[in-house]
Amino acid sequence: MAEPLLIVEGLRIAYGGIQAVKGITFHVDPGETVALIGANGAGKTSTLKALARQLDAAGGSVRYQGREISALAPHELVGQGIALVPEGRGVFARLTVTENLEMGAYCRHDKAEIADDLERIFALLPRLKERHGQLAGTLSGGEQQMLAMGRALMSRPRLLLLDEPSMGLAPIMVQKVFEVVQEVASQGMTILLVEQNARLALQVSRRGYVMESGDITLTDAAGTLLDNPRVKAAYLGE
Amino acid sequence: MSWNDLKHDRRVLWAGYAAIGIVLAVLPFLVGAGLGNAWLRILNFAMLYIMLALGLNIVVGFAGLLDLGYIAFYAVGAYLYALLASPHFGLHWPVWAILPLGAVVAGGAGALLGAPTLRLRGDYLAIVTLGFGEIIRIFMNNLNAPVNITNGPQGISSIDPFHVGGVTLAKPLSVLGVTVPSLHAYYYLFLLLALVIIFVTIRLEDSRIGRAWVAIREDEIAAKACGINVRNIKLLAFSMGATFGGVAGGLFASFQGFVSPESFGLMESIMVLCMVVLGGMGHIPGVILGGILLTILPEAFRHAAVPLQKYAFGKVVVDPESLRMLLFGLALIAVMLYRPAGLWPSATRKRELQGGSK
Repeated sequence: MAEPLLIVEGLRIAYGGIQAVKGITFHVDPGETVALIGANGAGKTSTLKALARQLDAAGGSVRYQGREISALAPHELVGQGIALVPEGRGVFARLTVTENLEMGAYCRHDKAEIADDLERIFALLPRLKERHGQLAGTLSGGEQQMLAMGRALMSRPRLLLLDEPSMGLAPIMVQKVFEVVQEVASQGMTILLVEQNARLALQVSRRGYVMESGDITLTDAAGTLLDNPRVKAAYLGE
Repeated sequence: MSWNDLKHDRRVLWAGYAAIGIVLAVLPFLVGAGLGNAWLRILNFAMLYIMLALGLNIVVGFAGLLDLGYIAFYAVGAYLYALLASPHFGLHWPVWAILPLGAVVAGGAGALLGAPTLRLRGDYLAIVTLGFGEIIRIFMNNLNAPVNITNGPQGISSIDPFHVGGVTLAKPLSVLGVTVPSLHAYYYLFLLLALVIIFVTIRLEDSRIGRAWVAIREDEIAAKACGINVRNIKLLAFSMGATFGGVAGGLFASFQGFVSPESFGLMESIMVLCMVVLGGMGHIPGVILGGILLTILPEAFRHAAVPLQKYAFGKVVVDPESLRMLLFGLALIAVMLYRPAGLWPSATRKRELQGGSK
């Protein structure tokens, strides 16, 4: 088995005196999609934010491709091949769809290949192509989510961090967004997915970790977790 | 041939530029002869305000950082010129040394203001920058004791006029047999520098830096996720904006021959901000228009107030100065109500406010 792309060991995050994440350990292998599921306030998003260097961890190590990255500045991650799709989408509202996607390639200088990638993203997300000249702020929530994913892909990442892609979306759009996640994953992208919608998250993932009040309490293959009575009762509403 | 075809025809474009060039070239003579030297001075100030508005536009319009103390950088440039080229310290440095130095020092002051405010946005940033602007003004006001540096509220006078080599703009110049009076010469100088600043701003807007500014204006977290070094890009916005202010300040000191803290109050900062917002935030032609209109209109009000009142009432009822501010305020309200994106907004901003359909 290949060396994991991302290894998180003993990650702790604290807000003031309150421990939000209490020393969790997990890993992501190259090419797999891993879901981090759990209830509101379990520490999922905090974990992802710490990985993306949007907030400082209180302890633990984060190794990516064998290299410690917990001291890098957030903007340096893109150069390392890590792309974040932030919670709440965070598109550049007053830029057009195309301009948003081009911003994703901000750190790249290969103009011709950027143009090729833009076409590839448009092929993957035809809705965006239809609306390429429209301001991102005028797109629907689902379209904005797809745009945020497209923008992250424009940096040609090796690891995609997805923070709550289903948040605030209509059910039909949630379905569509997850189809895109699956499509991207099937092309070989490594994805770490943080999600409240446990069922969908596990359906597109290979493995899953369940977080409960700052700890990882359960981990298994995604299919097994879907059948786990505890997970069913707590997160799948069965 | 439709208007759009015309617009894209190279020859028409060049003819348009040539026409604008000719108008700008003969403008001081027309204004000087037709309206008098007072208006020519106002025209010169309009050029200075265009430079200031374009500088502030980088901070407010491009990077979305609300700065209420921008005039401080104008003050830094003006005082630097005044201290290094006046009898106050007996220094008479050449212009070509002071102006770039003023730009650099103002740029440094910009970064100095930017550094502690990196985490602030919106109202909080506005309050800190407002405080910064006032601090600079109060410094200028009080740095006359124990060591007299700025000469306090009296200000510094007899500042050297703009001069390069043996040529000074204080006396009429003779160029190719045409006599160019001092005010006219300053006009051409300011016009030239305003054009340089316009050119630089246009290039900046199209650059990677310009796109990064817009990105942090729209969403800082997403900008970071795109690999933008938000800290440096913000500092650069403050610094670049301040640089323009510093240059304009140096020109102001040389033109006016006198600087005092009074010229750099909060009202001036707000005036420049109004030029940016009224003209069309982030849209270079709009900001230029804002700078011109807000320099000229208040003066026009002032000049029209007395004769109009005499004509209507037979005497002066309201002091023209207070009337000027009243009308100015009304004009601001009207523009914000009827043209919220500014008088000449960028296409994007207009679309956004009209509901977004293309």
